[in-house]
Amino acid sequence: MTTNPDGQASNYTKTLLAGLWRENPVFRLLLGMCPTLAVTAAVKPALTMGCCVIFVLVCSNIMVSLMRNLLKPHLRILMFTLTISTFVTIADLLLKAFQPAMSEALGPYVPLIIVNCVIICRAEACASKNPMLTSIIDAFGMGIGFTLTLCVLAGVREVIGTGKFFDIRVMPDAFVPWAALTMPVGAFLTLGFLLAAANIISKKHS
Amino acid sequence: MDTVYILITGFLSVVLINNLVLTKFLGICPYLGVSGRIDMAFGMGLAVTFVMTLSGTLTWLIDHMILMPLGLEVTRYVCFILVIASAVQLVEMYLRKFFPPLYESFGIFLPLITTNCAILGLCLFLNLWGTESLLEAVVLSVGGGIGFTMAICIMAGIRENLMMVDVPEPLQGAPITLITAGILSLAFMGFAGII
Repeated sequence: MTTNPDGQASNYTKTLLAGLWRENPVFRLLLGMCPTLAVTAAVKPALTMGCCVIFVLVCSNIMVSLMRNLLKPHLRILMFTLTISTFVTIADLLLKAFQPAMSEALGPYVPLIIVNCVIICRAEACASKNPMLTSIIDAFGMGIGFTLTLCVLAGVREVIGTGKFFDIRVMPDAFVPWAALTMPVGAFLTLGFLLAAANIISKKHS
Repeated sequence: MDTVYILITGFLSVVLINNLVLTKFLGICPYLGVSGRIDMAFGMGLAVTFVMTLSGTLTWLIDHMILMPLGLEVTRYVCFILVIASAVQLVEMYLRKFFPPLYESFGIFLPLITTNCAILGLCLFLNLWGTESLLEAVVLSVGGGIGFTMAICIMAGIRENLMMVDVPEPLQGAPITLITAGILSLAFMGFAGII
């Protein structure tokens, strides 16, 4: 590892940016598909979900990074899930207290963050091997990448499915909304085509 | 007679109308990962059904007998995930002892059942749907598992045929699987009116 401060800083930027595209959890690694499909009928719940995931990801990465030297290999996953479920409980209670309507709308998908593979993957791949600062930066990069992906998917579905964006009408009156896109069918189809688009773009780059 | 009716409609609802995979988006990871061959998909479905029945029943009991009387609902998620992790451990040991080839072929996906959203999701939905009796909880858990097995086997059947087809390059792999899942979910929407 380089010791000069410039090299260190550029390393951190690289870690932060990796989550946005090169290692984007949804498009590139296919992780955390359940919330991606379930809460993206509109942008607002998708954004709320993204914020919850960032909170849990950062907190659990900090905790795992702090206890990384104490972990026993065979109890590792159990410790990860216990840590994560504690923070998810906190996030759930906060959401219930400050955003009751949103908490109602997201329903069981907030507690389901516990089994979101993105968080366990980052705990395993990054936080259990790296010091705290790197883990926090990695968590932010991954969390923001995840949230952006959710918002793109939700944006496409909301604009075409209801003609609105963030509850504001953006399409002309003559536009007939494709209601199917707000249903489960739309989630699968939109994500399928977005993944294909991501494949084409990454192929062009390389 | 009433209870039997409720049980039958509940079972059909969780298998067909509220299918965990196709309408609630739970368990998508194994659904995309293990659905390449039909025999593996079926084995995975059985393992998930078993874990789901066990953990659905246990979490319902823990929730109603321990957590609710003591007012400890806050710790619900932590308890649920512990129960699921132990149930998966049990299945893993059983398979390793009695069905080594199946155990080998599952590989990493077996411990990953712990993080299968379908199982935790079902435990949470049991609570959300207001399941009132133990029998109902058991029937719904079995139904959820059978629904998952059915969905993953249908998918594996389709994907075995997709191998012969010339899929456009950007769509190969996950995208075409997701689009197939979308069409399947469209088909399952047809069940919506039957109860």
